[in-house]
Amino acid sequence: MDTERRRWLPLAGLALLAMIPVIAGLADDPYLVTIFTRVVILALAAVGLDFIIGYGAMVSFGHAAFIGAGAYTVGILAHHATNGTPLIPGVSWLSGTTAGLVAWPMAVLMAALLALFIGALSLRTRALYFIMITLAFAQMFYYLFVSLEGYGGSDGLILWDRNTLPLIDTGSAIQFYYLCLTCLAGTVFALRRVVGARFGRVLRGAAENERRMQALGFPVYRYRLAAFTIAGGTGGLAGALLANLQTFVSPGLLHWEQSGELMIMVILGGIGTLYGPVLGATALIMLEETLAAWTDHWMIVLGPILIFVVLFARRGLFGWLTGGRR
Amino acid sequence: MLLFLEQLLNGLQLGVMLFLLAAGLTLIFGIMGLINLAHGSLYMVGAFSCASVLASTGSFLLAVAAGVAAAGLAGLVIESAIMRPLYARGHLDQVLATFGLILFFNELVRIVWGPRPLFIDVPDWLAASVEIFPGAGYPLYRLVIIGIGLAIALGMWWLVQRTRLGMLLRAGAADREMVAALGVDTRLLYAGVFMLGAMLAGLAGALAGPLFAVEVGMGEHILIQTFVVIVIGGIGSIRGALLGALLVGMVDTLGRAYLPTVLRLIAEPATADGVGSALASMLIYLLMVVVLVWRPRGLLPAHGH
Amino acid sequence: MTDPLLCVRGLTHSFGAVRASDDVDLDVHEGSLHAVIGPNGAGKSTLIGQLAGEIRPDAGSIHFAGRDITRMPVHRRARNGLARSFQITSIFPGFSVRENVALAVQAHAGHSFRFWRRADAEVSLNDTAEATLDEIGLGARADTLAGELAHGERRQLELAMALAPSPRMLLLDEPMAGMSSDEAARLSDLLAGLKGRVTILLVEHDMDVVFALSDLITVLIFGRRVITGEPAEIRASDDVRAAYLGEAG
Repeated sequence: MDTERRRWLPLAGLALLAMIPVIAGLADDPYLVTIFTRVVILALAAVGLDFIIGYGAMVSFGHAAFIGAGAYTVGILAHHATNGTPLIPGVSWLSGTTAGLVAWPMAVLMAALLALFIGALSLRTRALYFIMITLAFAQMFYYLFVSLEGYGGSDGLILWDRNTLPLIDTGSAIQFYYLCLTCLAGTVFALRRVVGARFGRVLRGAAENERRMQALGFPVYRYRLAAFTIAGGTGGLAGALLANLQTFVSPGLLHWEQSGELMIMVILGGIGTLYGPVLGATALIMLEETLAAWTDHWMIVLGPILIFVVLFARRGLFGWLTGGRR
Repeated sequence: MLLFLEQLLNGLQLGVMLFLLAAGLTLIFGIMGLINLAHGSLYMVGAFSCASVLASTGSFLLAVAAGVAAAGLAGLVIESAIMRPLYARGHLDQVLATFGLILFFNELVRIVWGPRPLFIDVPDWLAASVEIFPGAGYPLYRLVIIGIGLAIALGMWWLVQRTRLGMLLRAGAADREMVAALGVDTRLLYAGVFMLGAMLAGLAGALAGPLFAVEVGMGEHILIQTFVVIVIGGIGSIRGALLGALLVGMVDTLGRAYLPTVLRLIAEPATADGVGSALASMLIYLLMVVVLVWRPRGLLPAHGH
Repeated sequence: MTDPLLCVRGLTHSFGAVRASDDVDLDVHEGSLHAVIGPNGAGKSTLIGQLAGEIRPDAGSIHFAGRDITRMPVHRRARNGLARSFQITSIFPGFSVRENVALAVQAHAGHSFRFWRRADAEVSLNDTAEATLDEIGLGARADTLAGELAHGERRQLELAMALAPSPRMLLLDEPMAGMSSDEAARLSDLLAGLKGRVTILLVEHDMDVVFALSDLITVLIFGRRVITGEPAEIRASDDVRAAYLGEAG
């Protein structure tokens, strides 16, 4: 029965993901852990995107900007810590840091503030504009980071080390992987609660019939802005984790193609499910890894696959696996 | 002063190129309610086709015509195969499907023409310099582009304001369902509008060849600028597209030319140049922000939008 | 005589060259049922649109419960007790019937920046929703998906959503539209029962209902208010008869 499948399938998926380091050990393929760390981190970002697209009907094509904001926060803080220079010239006590407990909340905060700014401007206007505006803003911040010569410009910024955390050795691939997986699981769980709560109901109602929501007495704009900000924050967390995984940040993180990739993950996996994007991230990255080994031009199939899914298989992988209606 | 004039004309030239793209896109938005991210791909197809035909025939006119035709053909195929089912779907589906088209076209172009950019020269008969003022020469080619762009703007104005088709376009932009209810063959209308937009994009691409590098990804770069134009100008209106395009073209060109210089007045050269060029590349987006705060629907949106 | 609950003065709005509302005055007293009638194109929808806040009047004022709401946004009017139902059914097809109404109640039960507790488990919201649904006659369908309701049931849900938060005033935009005579009769009884509890501004074409229920009737023709009076007066008026010549009575 499909509701039961919907309940245990995510748990099964989580269990499978938790087994990855074990499988990697058995297969003697440590690279598997790296790939799946990337999967989990991007899934985290995609889940945040699904929250606003799938439940809020806010089609944002600039989600990569929040990943970039989070990543660069970590990168810039690490940069100043390594160089010993203050964040703002002259203000000596504002030093950088490589402590994860400081850098990661900062990353989330900066991304959330960025989302607040972009959302405040973009949500006032029509849905059609919203897509274009979020795309344009993301590009704007891409150019901003390209121009920041002090932080690497288009070459990007190298982190000497991952952020440090108490109790956990972030340098260990396996421990870092489980840390990311915990963040993903926590985010999915939290957002599912939000979706079922009053806030989520307002968001979903506004997605179905905004006019009626206003007539009922809901100031829809405020709720949408809050949702957009939350999504931005999750993107920031993903960015912080990504910066740590790669020990490298570059403006490419904010490029619209990255935003596009996230959207593909959401639709491929199943919009408005929160679990779907995890499937989508896995599928897309596995696709990239396997097809890229065959041919340089594997991307040519990605476009048609996407079109096919949109036109004929819209419920995505999660919908297909759970069968039945949403 | 002469330098300023030159930059002004450059801004105008960029503006009309953006207009060629924005006009088609805004009509498609306004009349069909369709978001088409692949519009930039049509521009790219026009550019590459033009470059190829130029290389093999040597005739620039033929090459431009080929660019327009190729884009138009691509547009026709896209419209009937992919856009038709999308008209009824929401924006998300349209964004995703047309994004899929971008990926496809980018890779297709890479396979057919290779990954490296193509460089084509301005044809000899257009390579002269025109003395617009004593002592000041300006490239003839750019003047020709400006001329073509303004001619098309005029043509579109005539089409929209003075013909029956134009009336349908205006009505469709204001109230899509009504037009369908009136018995107009919307399938034909939509296909026609889409093809028109595609051909304009192809023309822009073909003309852009000698000015910019013809490379994969050129479509998306200008697409985003076109989006900014439409947000500023307002959806559905050609006038809005023209105003927005000229504004964006001017602001971007003059900004890049003069912002570092202006900043040098208040900061030391190194900082001024750095901040200046950074700001310059963000300028049109800042303009978009300002317009959005002041006029959330754009400066000249079509009625009903 | 106390001040009217809703006080409209000089309300004017044009769509291009068409004067949809032309200097309209209207008073609706608390507890009364005031109908607005007129031939098609008379400006009834525009009037409702301005009262609800979706259309901004070019001139004139609207006062509700003593407050000037002329420029107040839609959602704040609802929060102030001015509820509205739509002529073309506007519900949430993906939610259950109960959830549709619970949402309406939720809008007035504090804020919704709550992120943890399940909304569909909130007893107070559900109780009020079910009570309203019972009163309307949809109680048995509470768990049905709103998208699966028949047309008449949707109109009932439409009304239930406006009624559930116990508004001070209801703006009803052709609530009988598309209803069978049974459904219309049931709705008419319901409205009769609401009189006194809720103030109602009713836009309707069904003349039987209008004349049976109304305390006062305003007639709009081409955007202008031609006459306001008690049903008997309106029935006897020659102007009204002339305006409706050819219209089904």
